[in-house]
Amino acid sequence: MPTAPDDDCPTAEPRPLLAPPSTTAADAERIQLEVNAVSVAYGEVTIVRNVSFALARGDLGCLLGPSGCGKTTLLRAIAGFEPVTAGVIRLHGKQVSAPGTTIPPEERRVGMVFQDFALFPHLTVAKNIGFGLRRLRAAERERRVGALLELIGMGAAANHYPHELSGGMQQRVALARAMAPRPDILLLDEPFSNMDADLREQLAREVRGMLQREGVTAILVTHDQLEAFAMADRIGVLGDGEIRQWGSGFDLYHEPADRFVANFIGQGVLLPALVQDDLRVKTELGTIAGVRPHGLAPGGLAEVLIRPDDLDYDDSSTRRAQIVERAFRGAEFLYTLRLPSGAEVLCLVPSHHRHAIGETLGIRLLAEHLVVFPRDGAPG
Amino acid sequence: MSTLTPTLSATTRPRRGRHLSAWPPTLVSIALLLSLPVLVVVGFLFVPAGEIWRHLAATVLPLYVSNSLLLMLGVSVGTLIGGVGCAWLTSMCRFPGRGLFEWALLLPMAMPAYIIAYTYTGLLDFAGPVQTTLRAWTGWGFRDYWFPQIRSLEGAMLMLSLVLYPYVYLLARAAFLSQSLCVLDVSRTLGNGPWRTFFTVALPLARPAIVAGLSLALMEALADYGTVQYFGVPTFTTGIFRTWFGLGSPAAAAQLSALLLGFVFALILLERWSRRHARYHHSSQREQVIRRLHLRGWRAALASLFCFSPLLFGFLVPAGQLLYWSLAVATTRFDAAFLQLAWNSLSLAAGAALLALLLALLLGYGRRLHPSLTVRTSVQVAAMGYAVPGTVIAVGVMIPFAWFDNSLDAWMRARFGVSTGLLLSGTLAAVMFAYVTRFLAVALQTVEAGLTKIRPSMDEAGRSLGYRPSQMLARIHLPMLRGSLLTALLLVFVDVLKELPATLILRPFNFNTLAVRAFELASDERLADSAPAALTIVIAGLLPVILLSRSITRSRHADSP
Repeated sequence: MPTAPDDDCPTAEPRPLLAPPSTTAADAERIQLEVNAVSVAYGEVTIVRNVSFALARGDLGCLLGPSGCGKTTLLRAIAGFEPVTAGVIRLHGKQVSAPGTTIPPEERRVGMVFQDFALFPHLTVAKNIGFGLRRLRAAERERRVGALLELIGMGAAANHYPHELSGGMQQRVALARAMAPRPDILLLDEPFSNMDADLREQLAREVRGMLQREGVTAILVTHDQLEAFAMADRIGVLGDGEIRQWGSGFDLYHEPADRFVANFIGQGVLLPALVQDDLRVKTELGTIAGVRPHGLAPGGLAEVLIRPDDLDYDDSSTRRAQIVERAFRGAEFLYTLRLPSGAEVLCLVPSHHRHAIGETLGIRLLAEHLVVFPRDGAPG
Repeated sequence: MSTLTPTLSATTRPRRGRHLSAWPPTLVSIALLLSLPVLVVVGFLFVPAGEIWRHLAATVLPLYVSNSLLLMLGVSVGTLIGGVGCAWLTSMCRFPGRGLFEWALLLPMAMPAYIIAYTYTGLLDFAGPVQTTLRAWTGWGFRDYWFPQIRSLEGAMLMLSLVLYPYVYLLARAAFLSQSLCVLDVSRTLGNGPWRTFFTVALPLARPAIVAGLSLALMEALADYGTVQYFGVPTFTTGIFRTWFGLGSPAAAAQLSALLLGFVFALILLERWSRRHARYHHSSQREQVIRRLHLRGWRAALASLFCFSPLLFGFLVPAGQLLYWSLAVATTRFDAAFLQLAWNSLSLAAGAALLALLLALLLGYGRRLHPSLTVRTSVQVAAMGYAVPGTVIAVGVMIPFAWFDNSLDAWMRARFGVSTGLLLSGTLAAVMFAYVTRFLAVALQTVEAGLTKIRPSMDEAGRSLGYRPSQMLARIHLPMLRGSLLTALLLVFVDVLKELPATLILRPFNFNTLAVRAFELASDERLADSAPAALTIVIAGLLPVILLSRSITRSRHADSP
């Protein structure tokens, strides 16, 4: 399975921005965050390279990528903790970062939820939440804190100290504290990474609910795709400091723009294929047809992304493959199958179809989305 | 990869602000200033001291070396038996008084070695209550019987062990408690009894911590001046005094100091090395609920006795004796002179504590905000004095200050015909400087422990909520640091109060502190008269011990994180 992202891949052309380029004044008015051709470097090392995107009011966006891809650095640049070396960041239409000028975080109206929550240990829950509200009158502050306590369902714990709370509760307090001053944008830096794996998705959905009720514009940074899918409307995949693709979770999974995204999101195998015409390619498993022209020259060598759910279990099928590995997933088995050519593919099968390693399985191709990349070294 | 770790990167990377560039030069200057005494002493290794040195080498030097080594050996044995034994019993076994011993075993820490030394001298010498009682019972007379001489090398070993074993006890206890119980259980299931398990599993696992504690105790033993001087045992520290004030050779004294520093340096290396190894053995961070071995019958009695002995002889007996003497002389000794003495000590200690705290804050924040290699090294160099014996620091302060005074005086006389006399030598400034050099590390350690609790993300959280850095200092840092700052003040305060040799050498003419006066009176065999001052020091010394005990009790009840 190829792992190295292919920079020259023609399909890696920048996709449309999260919010389409503004055409009318009303559209421009709705843009809450604009990141325009931003690069961030530490000394000689460029961490974030030429990233552009925008978020409209109320959008929940996500920067998704493996560790070290620059997503946290980008988030910190938006918050004002890191200066940019190129490009411009605008918040609510006002330029906050450009090379040489960085408006400090305290003057930006950004809210931030940290990985370690960073609650102030000497302040109660209520005081933590009210920490950013010192400009409000006492009565107003109390009302706002009360409303947020209710939103996060922790009214009873108002006078507790952070160390008396569970991890999940601490996280909700951190969220409420960041939302309290109604920031222009809320930044969440891997907020669920300290949580139990089973809890993450549920928490992500809960947080999404809270953010939507408050009408907050937010951007989440994570390396966990399930978290990203659960929380964000639109997800930007970052690899090596660059945005590889913007899209919904569904799009990223079924129509990855390049090999990097294809490998990073979900499971799958790149299977050798021969380009037949504008729409179709031929593989060992049969011919797959797309709905849009894939742009590769007929007769050329290519590779097709086969997801585990692209293969169906079919006893009557003449196409058979040998089981080399089996992983029990509860409702399903994930089989690793070896095709006659020696290539291996993954196949997800309901778990009452139980077969031993070494047996052969009848399979049928179900692919509804054709994802095809030119073969390494072959002309595109 | 690691350079990109998000939350730490903000503090590990130098910031670009203009106003922060003042940190490195400031901290380097502080470090240079505070390392001056050590640099001077080490520098004298390269100055030929001629005849005197050859004389020393031929006569007393071998004695200094062998006595110091024997003292270290004796203190090692004493502190290891007492410290490790008590730590094992109180952390792993159940017997009457265990909960009490757990913290009370720290009490001897409050007792400076020179004070316990002359207290026991008073108790055990010919006219003391022990021998008097013995004679009354047996009817023996003078020279009818043999009685161990407390004023000897063996006596010094015993005295130092009695007050230094808590270092080993503390670290060994922490190590035993942090050991994974499973490891001990595995040993039991493999057929080893509790005692075998102790010697084959628990002790080897705790060894790095024990060695670290031991090296701290030995540093203190090497630094001791009062006990060995009072007992007439010639060691390095007494030798340095003698060489300077008896033979009148600062250069030779400095060279002896440098030699002593060599010993200390070896101990520092040992301590660092052990601590590095200790880290790998901690398998759990939180103390677990320990099923203690229930001792019954004579075993329980023996365990109680074992733990009670160091407490009895290291604290209760000497403190009781001091109290008895103090009460006996209460009517005459608690006079205006005593108040003056107490005021001298308190103001000096308070001043030094404040100064040390200020510098510690400067260094701590410097390292936090500007953690370049230069800054980190400077901070480490500045904190190095904690291991340097007071005698050595005094020598290292005295020499450059005297040189400065003499040079300035000569220059002023040549230039303007005015004599400036002694500006720095023999002033409180010199004393204060020595204190800060020696005890800065104590304050720095406490301040830095407090600072690490304020995570960088908390600063960032505050800023994203609209607070400027200076406002964060007042709203978050100060409240969060308050406890650490008070602890740092208290620790330095008490250390200064107890300090003897540096004060003895550097104090202004006719300026006395409680420690110096107690030692002088005791040296004149006026033991009872010295008791009020000594008792005051011991009572003050109890404060940090109470702090430590409280943290022990708290960790014991730590059911929630």
